[in-house]
Amino acid sequence: MLSLNRKTKGEALFDLLNNIGMLLICFVTLYPIWYVVVNSLNEGMDGMRGGIYWWPRIFSFENYTAVFQNPGIMTAMGVTVAKTLLGTILHVFFTAMVAYAFSRRELIGGKIYIFIGTITLFFGGGLIPTYLLMKDLHLLDNFLVYIIPVMFSFFDLIIFMTFFREIPDGLEEAAEIDGANDWSIFVRIIIPVSMPVIATISLFHGVYQWNDYFAGVIYMNNMDLQPIQTYLYRVVAQSSSNQMVAQIPGGIGKTVTSQSIKLATMVVTTMPIVFVYPFLQRYFVKGMMIGSIKG
Amino acid sequence: MENMRPDPPRRQWLRQMYRQRHIQIMALLGIAWIILFNYVPMYGIIIAFKDYRIINSIAEAPWVGLEHFKAFFEDDNFMNVMKNTLGISLIKLIVGFPLPIIFALFLNEIRSLRFKKAIQTISYLPHFLSWVVLGGILTTWLADVGIINNILLALNVIQEPISYLAEPDYFWGIIITSDIWKELGWSAIIYLAAISSVSPDLYEAATIDGAGRFQKMWYVTLPSIKGTISILFILAVSGVLNSNFDQILVLRNALNESASNVIDIYVYQTGMLSGRFSYSTAVGLFKSVIALFLLLIANSVTKKLNNTSLF
Repeated sequence: MLSLNRKTKGEALFDLLNNIGMLLICFVTLYPIWYVVVNSLNEGMDGMRGGIYWWPRIFSFENYTAVFQNPGIMTAMGVTVAKTLLGTILHVFFTAMVAYAFSRRELIGGKIYIFIGTITLFFGGGLIPTYLLMKDLHLLDNFLVYIIPVMFSFFDLIIFMTFFREIPDGLEEAAEIDGANDWSIFVRIIIPVSMPVIATISLFHGVYQWNDYFAGVIYMNNMDLQPIQTYLYRVVAQSSSNQMVAQIPGGIGKTVTSQSIKLATMVVTTMPIVFVYPFLQRYFVKGMMIGSIKG
Repeated sequence: MENMRPDPPRRQWLRQMYRQRHIQIMALLGIAWIILFNYVPMYGIIIAFKDYRIINSIAEAPWVGLEHFKAFFEDDNFMNVMKNTLGISLIKLIVGFPLPIIFALFLNEIRSLRFKKAIQTISYLPHFLSWVVLGGILTTWLADVGIINNILLALNVIQEPISYLAEPDYFWGIIITSDIWKELGWSAIIYLAAISSVSPDLYEAATIDGAGRFQKMWYVTLPSIKGTISILFILAVSGVLNSNFDQILVLRNALNESASNVIDIYVYQTGMLSGRFSYSTAVGLFKSVIALFLLLIANSVTKKLNNTSLF
């Protein structure tokens, strides 16, 4: 065994280079994010001169104060929080419920149901037919357009189904003998034992809800109902910088610029994800495996 | 005596249906959703063959056959749109597909478990950021007074700042590089998982045979995860045409249009912005047909090569 574990010179060099390479990848991944954070914490006018790479030159929270005092940004943030919470709860509950029914072997018509769903993995209507449907359903300029059209996903159903099928049947049978019906079995037994997969799907859909800007772009003309990512999209892609400055309340408007506010908004928008994801990390690796390999 | 006879099949079926009424309701709620939000839009595709105006219904619109497809093939934008769509997709596949595998192979060779975990956590992080935020980072970095120009000017590589996002020549490179940056760590998860299930016996045997680190990667690890690679390759090929929409929508502008106008963007522009619903649905359908062909080709190629396929 000793000879197996001893490092040769070549091995040692390999390890050294590999470690250096990985550190380099970490740096390349993190630095652009660090750069934004540092610049958002620098005084705006000074930041325009550039050259801030590692640490703020003139430290200032004013960009953040401006973000939090901007009613447009705060409304958009509220819409995003609402759609993420509501959308995720409904998506997870509804998809899990359908998956639970589909996963029961005795379900009459189960094979046909699954076939109907599988088709949707490969074919879809595309942008315009979907838009026309939303219009017919009166979902344009309606908050529910963020929730109902993405309340279900057949891909997520497969992940749930794979998990449910591994739950021992005895658990359900025992509850049935105690007189529980399928609804209460689902709510009281299946959901509590499925927390790992629920956490995974919640993270995936939560991130989707948080990050999606396109629904806001095409379905929403009402600016009070646009999510923060759509707001940012309009700032970033259409660079309406003049509007931005005009929106800043007079008192603090002196040293912030549209650019520095943009950076601060980006940081504020990203914070919740950065905080939540380490906690859910151990779940999603498992969940992604189930979904990708078996599905 | 009547009661002793077994139920006729119909009554038995009804009885069973009644017994599972709760799960039937759950299942049918799902089916109703699928039909409304997936199948109704599929039916809506027929406007690609009609002259649909927003004022009347789909059924009332007159049939025009393949006219919209013909109009697209004859459109001045056709060649450009196809070139951008296929070009970006192809380069992304050639460069972007192997990189996560290579990353996973080398990450697997890291000896310190804690260091490995830390790298993984860091490398997934960009996957969770939105393209809007990343678009913001990119426009900041690539601006005239941005960090890229500052560095290149300081190193005397360039004499004058370049507006990268205003130059079509740089657009594909920006799209492909930033996409790899965002998804490298995330795409590697699945390969790492596959690698971790390779039997340690194989490595020990290879070590006894005198195999070095690279030889073990090449002769043990890679063949062991061939199946996973094949499946993910098929999925990558079939999804490649619609994978960059969010990203390109954020980064495109009037100046880089000749390099950024891909099918999805063109559909969005002609449909949502110009209101040519039938035409843009036809263009979208054309893309779906190409995507289906790509899926079938990738599936049969991997089937021939190593007996793995999606269906």
